[in-house]
Amino acid sequence: MDLSRRDTMTLAAAAGAATLFAPNVARAALPKLVVVGGGTGGATVARTVAAAGGVDVTLVERNPVYMTCYFSNLYLGDHWDYDRLAHNYETMKARDGVKMAMGNAASVGDGRVVMSDGTEIAYDRAVVAPGIDFKYDMYEGFDEHVAETMVPHAYKSGNQLLMLKQQLMAMREGGTVVIAAPPNPYRCPPGPYERASMMANWLSRNNPTAKVLILDPKTKHSKQGLFVEGWNRLYPGMVEWVGGEFTGGDFLAVDAQARSVTTADEEVFEADVLNFIPAQTAGRIAIDSGLTGDGDWASVDPATLESTLVPGVHVLGDACANGDMPKSGFSANSQAKACAQAVLAAMTDRRAFPPRFRNTCWSLVGDDYGIKVGASYKAGDGKIEKTEGFISQVGEDDATHAQTAAEGIGWYEAMTGEIFG
Amino acid sequence: MAKIKPRVKVPKSAEVGEVVTIKTLISHPMESGQRKDKKTGEMIPRNIVNTFSVTFNGEPVFEAAVEPAVSANPYFEFQMRVPEAGELAFKWVADDGEVYEISKTIKIA
Repeated sequence: MDLSRRDTMTLAAAAGAATLFAPNVARAALPKLVVVGGGTGGATVARTVAAAGGVDVTLVERNPVYMTCYFSNLYLGDHWDYDRLAHNYETMKARDGVKMAMGNAASVGDGRVVMSDGTEIAYDRAVVAPGIDFKYDMYEGFDEHVAETMVPHAYKSGNQLLMLKQQLMAMREGGTVVIAAPPNPYRCPPGPYERASMMANWLSRNNPTAKVLILDPKTKHSKQGLFVEGWNRLYPGMVEWVGGEFTGGDFLAVDAQARSVTTADEEVFEADVLNFIPAQTAGRIAIDSGLTGDGDWASVDPATLESTLVPGVHVLGDACANGDMPKSGFSANSQAKACAQAVLAAMTDRRAFPPRFRNTCWSLVGDDYGIKVGASYKAGDGKIEKTEGFISQVGEDDATHAQTAAEGIGWYEAMTGEIFG
Repeated sequence: MAKIKPRVKVPKSAEVGEVVTIKTLISHPMESGQRKDKKTGEMIPRNIVNTFSVTFNGEPVFEAAVEPAVSANPYFEFQMRVPEAGELAFKWVADDGEVYEISKTIKIA
């Protein structure tokens, strides 16, 4: 088309007129996406869809500040300030037009999110990303109150993380920290072992005769050979791991006063600081909305992350049954991008492409000593399937460990910057 | 360096003639003697648990000669037939001369 200057002027005027009058009409017609949960997965979906445009996006979240759980172990080791884990929603609100609905969501379904105070938010499509909840009922003497006041699980960032650090710092000389690790599947598979590393790192400087004992219901754990190598090299004799052969594969009870834990074999382990990390489920709202069916996690379509039980509702991140992927911030971010494409394809005229997922779990074992494991994934038959993976090797040199540690921090800054920055 | 504590899992009781599973774990670095100290360039001397042995009422029931290729925190599991009530005595001997011992009794059900 050959446009004369005059035609161009006319078009420009028409476009100007359209922007003057269109917004109210267009906004009224925009399809509504409601995202419940402003963690890494939910925030990624909200921002990605809002930035693409054509969809009215509301993010429901109870806290104005999000503290990442990943990298929180670095705070225990004095490697990071607590504030460095904090992120907020101001940029996605201001720059991308994500609407924030501050409050606690109780259930999702039938085109509306019902809040705890009874108000409702209507949606055309919803994303539920509530993270994890805990199976307190499995253990005698352990509940949310005990976790909040005496025996922290500290498996969500926040007050319990601060309490655990205070307990570590106040521990008697030569005392024992017991970390009771959770059974599979759970958030952040290397998390308990990185935590042991970071506690040993702090203790080696401040309380060098102390011990860190990991009690595990599992007979093996993530990056085991790599962690054991690091512990023996950096903290000889300080970190001990006792696996499922010796715990009976489960825990029965916690005594908060005595700071002791009883294994399935009825052996009692006493601690000076007890970090009890219970078995986990999808976040409460996923269970209450019927998204988990009879199981602990929400079953989803591997390409779109849409619930197989409740149409029009997507579940992603730690709360979904994510096939071969581990539950991690990186996984949630990767799933959220695939979910955002699927949501945009369903709600606008955009096309969705077959998703590729990625994950890497970096763990800091000591000063400038990082290890990692990661993989690529695709949407397979009924689940997310691993295509290829990589892992740090035993016997790597100091330069490689330092490079891996720096790479992990680089990933954290880049990803949180992309979502919240 | 904190004290090394071996762990064993032995059933408290068994029937005469019953085959039971015994599990043992010792947290030991198993330094192979083939690594250099990166700062000094000196070889780190070998220090592994070189022998693990178990007796039942004084009679040997399990013995292992352990080599440097065995990784840290060696775990041994074996089965034995219980002929009578008695005491299992476990013993780990390390290159640095340390001997770690623990014993457990089995009753007849």
